[in-house]
Amino acid sequence: MPILLFKRTRALVAQIDEFLDTVGQAALLFESGVADYVAGRQEQFDTHYRAIEDAEHGADELRRDIEKQLYRHSLIPEARGDVLGLLETTDDVVNQAKHTLGMFLVERPRLLPGMDEDWRALGATAARTAEAVVLATRAFFRDPYTVNDHLHKVYFYEKEGDRQAMALKRKIFDADADLALKLHLRQFVLNVDRVSDAAEEVADRLAIYTIKRTV
Amino acid sequence: MLVLFFLSSGLFLGWSLGANDAANVFGTAVGSRMIRFATAALICSVFVILGSVAGGAGAAGTLGQLGAIDAMGGAFMVALAAAVTITVMTKLGLPVSTSQAVVGAIIGWNFFSGVLTDTAALSKIVATWVVCPLLAGAFAALFYVLTQRLVRRLRPHLLWDDMGTRWALIAVGAFGSYSLGANNIGNVMGVFVPVAPFSGLDLPFGLALSGAQQLFLLGGLAIALGVYTYSRHVMSTVGGNLFKLTPQMALVVVLAQSVVLFLFASQRLEHALLSVGLPALPLVPVSSSQAVIGAVVGLGLLKGGHGIRYRVLVDIAAGWVTTPIIACFLAFIGLFVLQNVFSVQVNRPHAFELSPQVIERVDRLGLPVDGLAELAGGRYTTQLSLNRSLRGGTALDAKQRERVVRAAEVDRYLVDPGRVAQDLKPGWFEPEQIAAVSSLVGREYRHSWQLLEELEALAPAWRLLPETPRNRLDNDRRQKQRRLVLVALRTAPVESPVTE
Repeated sequence: MPILLFKRTRALVAQIDEFLDTVGQAALLFESGVADYVAGRQEQFDTHYRAIEDAEHGADELRRDIEKQLYRHSLIPEARGDVLGLLETTDDVVNQAKHTLGMFLVERPRLLPGMDEDWRALGATAARTAEAVVLATRAFFRDPYTVNDHLHKVYFYEKEGDRQAMALKRKIFDADADLALKLHLRQFVLNVDRVSDAAEEVADRLAIYTIKRTV
Repeated sequence: MLVLFFLSSGLFLGWSLGANDAANVFGTAVGSRMIRFATAALICSVFVILGSVAGGAGAAGTLGQLGAIDAMGGAFMVALAAAVTITVMTKLGLPVSTSQAVVGAIIGWNFFSGVLTDTAALSKIVATWVVCPLLAGAFAALFYVLTQRLVRRLRPHLLWDDMGTRWALIAVGAFGSYSLGANNIGNVMGVFVPVAPFSGLDLPFGLALSGAQQLFLLGGLAIALGVYTYSRHVMSTVGGNLFKLTPQMALVVVLAQSVVLFLFASQRLEHALLSVGLPALPLVPVSSSQAVIGAVVGLGLLKGGHGIRYRVLVDIAAGWVTTPIIACFLAFIGLFVLQNVFSVQVNRPHAFELSPQVIERVDRLGLPVDGLAELAGGRYTTQLSLNRSLRGGTALDAKQRERVVRAAEVDRYLVDPGRVAQDLKPGWFEPEQIAAVSSLVGREYRHSWQLLEELEALAPAWRLLPETPRNRLDNDRRQKQRRLVLVALRTAPVESPVTE
């Protein structure tokens, strides 16, 4: 019986780690995908899109399996609700990343010249925010007293992303182009930045859950 | 059959203890669904019974000092009065402790039977009521700090932490159940120990159950029945509503409570402390509920003292006074009814005399004897009546009067060869002691001290050593042997005593 419990716990810990690895990987794929699109590397973009699709699918499966096991074996009864909420919101980061790259794939927006670096920077900042939140979530499971060390980075990157998004939108609307195109591109700026917002949502939850765990 | 009827009040007390106090050990774990009820109930029952049988003698012995109830009817009513007090106070929503109810009921028996209450034993018991929650609070704070440090050092994953806490809750729950059985069986069965007619029982594999242990086994089974039949609801309530603790905090609370109960119950620990010259805690049944509340308050204070309901503490302190008084009153009335309406014997008849030999003995004890000769003609049938006369006719203080009363008690001791062979077993007595008793075969004594003085003269092993902490262990053993020899040689006792 104890060996069985030991094995089950070890497997579940590994699954949670794998889930967080997947989210971190999806953030990197997102950053690369945006960079590929900006640079016009269509083939690489398609590859990265397929990879993020797989990551999103894998993360969903892992999340559902973890949730099922937590319920089935009545594990962490005090923190179960928090952990489930945390996994679901973390999964939203991957969903948002996939959704945004999917928009690039389907709508193929025509980017205005002279803004490539801004797009890349915005994508990279969104990825950094997601990475920081993955580290914070890992810390929540392993060492809750260090969660805040990661959370402040999430908030920093998210704010930075907002600033970059605002600057890019200004550049777009200052440019000499059709209003329809400007509005179209604004949608993309918002969607890239939403990855950071999704990570911030996770961070907000983590801040509360961490207080609950460490009080 | 009659014995079982008399024991029924004690068994009811045991059931009620199992129904309510098991929740102090496993309540939070079950209420927060860390452990299933079936697992908790099984572990709790097994370890409560083990604790009762293996470790129950220490705390039960102190209750015996407070009032040596000497008739089954008396013991029945004392346990019943305590049980009724607990039931009524629980219905009224007042905090109540089995220990305090039992102590009150025993004092009620003392009043009714005209027996002097041993003030030293009483003050020892009352002091533990105050010390127990304080100690539990201090232990909880200490354990919490240590646990936090350990967790921060080991940094376990949330799931490993969860699994570790579950196993720790089971282990600590088992320890808590053992301590609960060892400490609180005295409340349940302690009053029956001097009067229940159970003799020693030899079991296979060289095991043996003394009469007292058989009683404790019965009491333990009653507690287990209480756990299985009624504690589920109480556990859910405790875990969910009363105090919202994290599983780790719950672990600390149960551990602190268990350690405190163990400290007040373990003879082995007492022996170990005394053997290295350290002071030991008295072995007294204490309240597990109050230990839990003390532990929770200790944690609350560690966290800054916010949200502590100080009203609860006031209620507990009030319970220290009201519970014994109500139980004492109920026991007194109940004993009166039992004796006068149902003609059930609730105490053994006693006689006291201030004969020249007794006065001489008092003089030898170093007590003033002025005025004793004037009281010599009186006939005294209770300790209280003699004490009253001594108070009026002599200048003795309360403690001195207590010693005179004990010296004046009349009994009949006959050194019967059959009883010597049957009751003075080599395992319990040293050969030198048995030889001393055997050399007195055929002699009769009117006072217990006469027999003991002769034995002391014949064999040093019967003598008490000077009262130092180091000698306490030996003296405890010798006191027990002296009590046993007196019980064995007393002629025509009211009821056969159980072997200790």
